[in-house]
Amino acid sequence: MPHSEPQLATTVNDDAGAVTAHEAPLAEVGSKVIRVVDRREFVRFAHLYRVLHACMIVSFLTLAVTGLSLKFSYTPWAAKFSRLLGGFETAGYVHRFAAIVMFGTFTAHVIGLFKQKRRNQATWKAVLFGPNTLLPTKRDGQEFVGTMKWFVGRGPRPEYGRWTYWEKFDYFAVFWGIVVIGSTGLTLWFPVFFTRFLPGSFINVATIIHSDEALLATGFIFTVHFFNTHLRPEKFPMDTTIFTGHMPLAELKRDKPREYAALVASGELEQHLEEPQPAIVVKTIRVFAWIALGTGFIVVVWILYAMLFAYR
Amino acid sequence: MPVSRDIAICRSARSLGLRRRSLCSKLPLLVTLFLLSVSFITPCSATSPTSDDCLACHSDKTMTTKRGGRTVSLFVDQKKFASSIHGSLQCTSCHADLEGKDLPHSTPLAKVNCGSCHGDEAQQYAKSLHGKAVARGDALAPRCVNCHGNHDILPVKDPRSSVAAMKVPFLCGQCHREGTPVQTSRNIPEHDILENYSESIHGEALLKKGLIVAANCASCHTAHSILPHTDPNSSIARRNIAATCTKCHANIELVHRKTIRGELWEKQANTLPACVDCHQPHKVRNVFYSQGMADADCMRCHDNASLKSADGRSMLVRVAEVAGSRHVKVACSQCHSEVNASRVRPCETITHPVDCTACHAEVGQQYQRSTHGQMHAKGDTNAPFCKDCHGSHHVLGKHNPESLTFPTNVPDLCAKCHREGQKAALLYTGTEHQIIPRYTESIHGKGLLKSGLTVTATCTSCHTAHRELPASDPESTVNPKNVPATCGTCHHGIEEQFVESVHSTKQTKTDKPLPVCNDCHSAHSIRRTDEDGFKLDIMNTCGRCHGEIAKAYFDTYHGKVSKLGYTKTAKCYDCHGAHDIQKVTDPRSHLSRANVVATCQKCHSGATRRFAGYLTHATHHDPKKFPFLYYTFWGMTALLVGTFTVSGIHTLLWFPRALQMRRELRAAEAVEAEAEKHSGKTASEAKDGDDAPQ
Repeated sequence: MPHSEPQLATTVNDDAGAVTAHEAPLAEVGSKVIRVVDRREFVRFAHLYRVLHACMIVSFLTLAVTGLSLKFSYTPWAAKFSRLLGGFETAGYVHRFAAIVMFGTFTAHVIGLFKQKRRNQATWKAVLFGPNTLLPTKRDGQEFVGTMKWFVGRGPRPEYGRWTYWEKFDYFAVFWGIVVIGSTGLTLWFPVFFTRFLPGSFINVATIIHSDEALLATGFIFTVHFFNTHLRPEKFPMDTTIFTGHMPLAELKRDKPREYAALVASGELEQHLEEPQPAIVVKTIRVFAWIALGTGFIVVVWILYAMLFAYR
Repeated sequence: MPVSRDIAICRSARSLGLRRRSLCSKLPLLVTLFLLSVSFITPCSATSPTSDDCLACHSDKTMTTKRGGRTVSLFVDQKKFASSIHGSLQCTSCHADLEGKDLPHSTPLAKVNCGSCHGDEAQQYAKSLHGKAVARGDALAPRCVNCHGNHDILPVKDPRSSVAAMKVPFLCGQCHREGTPVQTSRNIPEHDILENYSESIHGEALLKKGLIVAANCASCHTAHSILPHTDPNSSIARRNIAATCTKCHANIELVHRKTIRGELWEKQANTLPACVDCHQPHKVRNVFYSQGMADADCMRCHDNASLKSADGRSMLVRVAEVAGSRHVKVACSQCHSEVNASRVRPCETITHPVDCTACHAEVGQQYQRSTHGQMHAKGDTNAPFCKDCHGSHHVLGKHNPESLTFPTNVPDLCAKCHREGQKAALLYTGTEHQIIPRYTESIHGKGLLKSGLTVTATCTSCHTAHRELPASDPESTVNPKNVPATCGTCHHGIEEQFVESVHSTKQTKTDKPLPVCNDCHSAHSIRRTDEDGFKLDIMNTCGRCHGEIAKAYFDTYHGKVSKLGYTKTAKCYDCHGAHDIQKVTDPRSHLSRANVVATCQKCHSGATRRFAGYLTHATHHDPKKFPFLYYTFWGMTALLVGTFTVSGIHTLLWFPRALQMRRELRAAEAVEAEAEKHSGKTASEAKDGDDAPQ
């Protein structure tokens, strides 16, 4: 669908998002005045990243559920779940398969970054230290302070850019998690190989790190990340941007005013606008996201139960 | 010897002794070499006390001593002794330990050994029932003196002797009559022995008619080699009884020619009726046993289905039952031994139930010792008696599949009382419940009842058939001390390993109870060890004693996996061994330095010594033992708590702001919707207008 020709619509499409209020100038048809609505949305995530996030969800949930069933093996649920999977052995295979998927996701992401850089013909300096960098910057510190002030009613909401500081934190938490959990996980997967040069008791240490770091990751994702992106009252019940890749322009204006302003200023906004996803795609995405979200909540309840009421 | 001098010797015994010795020492000096040689030949007689010396004190009627808390007279009647058969002997002939002693002797004398002269009798006695009982320490068993007396022993022929023919029945009857401790507490199948004897033809002849040649107790039982009738050497053993009777009743076979060819009695003693089958021991009557007590005679009445006992029990005896039984060759009267052939109804003299121990003596002794037997002895009607398990007339051997005691029938037999809710289960106060269903589901129960393996352990294999005792009894086969041996009767190879293991009392000396077979395998719910249930429970089983280590095991990968119900992981016995567990410091242990790598390699092929350094029972709660685990754990916990605290506070602070934003957003939407309504109307009009021209 060509972007240049704004489609005229007579009704507000309420499928694609809560608000589609990028209003085009009023047009005159005949002698009557009607409102013309531009339904196009801002494309925040490219195709690759939407797919990677979905892979991440699937592998992460799988790893969490199979792994926690071992960590909390003392709860009756764990044994039941293990039986459901056809025994612990199967759960182990599933866990390792999901680990491979996650390693793959990680690799694909890194490759994607390189490709993106080449496509944009950007320098490393621009990628790493430009306005849209994912690395923490001085401005993030200022925005954090500003946010704190806003929280306590001592200032306005900061003008966030493309990546807020908490989004950057989430991003690097995954990097850190994959390195820590992945390396210890490999040690546990191939203990005979690793004990050729590591002491046997390192397997014990790796077990603790693997398991507790995993607890941190699952706990963090299923509570803090879920709140920050989905359960926050203004986004409740869910923000589908990462799945559809699209963000209503109004939301971009509201949530990332600095990025919007920069895009408008450079006149690049038009390049980033796309027609909404078809209704069926959005619906499918919602079902998938709900399953993921629901699984996450169940796991949180399980963790709380295992840690607080059944801990041994 | 004048009495006054006796007293003088007694009073100045010490000075006398000195005088003797001085005299003795002077002899070689005073006399020649001849006299010296005499003193060498009889040096002791010169120093031993004579009977007179002894009587100097022991003729005092008031002389007593305390022995075992009782006052015992030490008086020796000089006249009686002088007229006794031993009157010509010196005291020291019997009291041999007096020789060379100074008088008065301070210590009590040893028991007199009659065997030093009466060697044969002593030998017979030692082998006899009485002698063996004495050797066992049975306080009720008689010694020589109990029958023969001590200082006043008279020849057997002397009517005054305690063992004179006329007196023997009363001598033996001191113990062997109703109500005595011997008769009530020892296994003696005969009743009213003295009473029956005195009314018997032998008793009447001896006691009423004074015929001292009539048989008394010792005539049949012998005087010194008294043996139970079950002993093949006994004079009253079935094989020997004819020979014993014919000592007096010579040519008796002539009289019995009508019924039996006499010479067969001794040749085929097992198949022919023995004397006592018809002529009951102790009750032999002076009558012709014309009717006899052949089975046919019994069946004259007992064939009648309407025959009832006084208490209403049917007294019908089915011939076919007996004919098909193990006792097919046993006559009615051999079991119902109290019958009396001289009566029209020979059975009217029966006062006791059938006593199987008359033949099955050893089994009877076992039963008496068992819980069942003890309860029965106390008159507890709940206690099973022989026939409750074996049946009565239709008793079958345990190898007959129809027998109640055939292996596959044993669990049902015991279940009659030991099933939950039945009388034995109600009395039972221990910890074993649901015994029968559990056994049925156990490996033994399935082996026996489902696979029909008659060699499989049944109730009696472990508890014995006749000598079952509670586990608390040290003599019980199921007492912890004896369990390995009991299980080892079948599982011998396992027992061999077990006794060498750290759990065996042989290897480990401790006050704590060590486990035996049933502590791990249970008593009645023994499972196959290759089934998941056993494999998953074993850690808890070991954990009953090794609690800390088992808990730590469940903190590790192996433990967690097994907790999930997965058995293909290292369990206690995979590393430590099952029955051959040794301390890890023992070179024989599967976990010793030399063996540990091979043990790991059972599952982890390629495992190295470094791999074996994995801590299989590590816990991160012990900073002293596993500091690196402890600090790793707490480091990780700090990271978790820190992250969640910061992000938690962040989220909580955000929440009210986010709510506020939502409200504002909704308000803006409402305004917009209102505007939409108006413009919507216009739009629909426009649409109508749009459509119209087309």
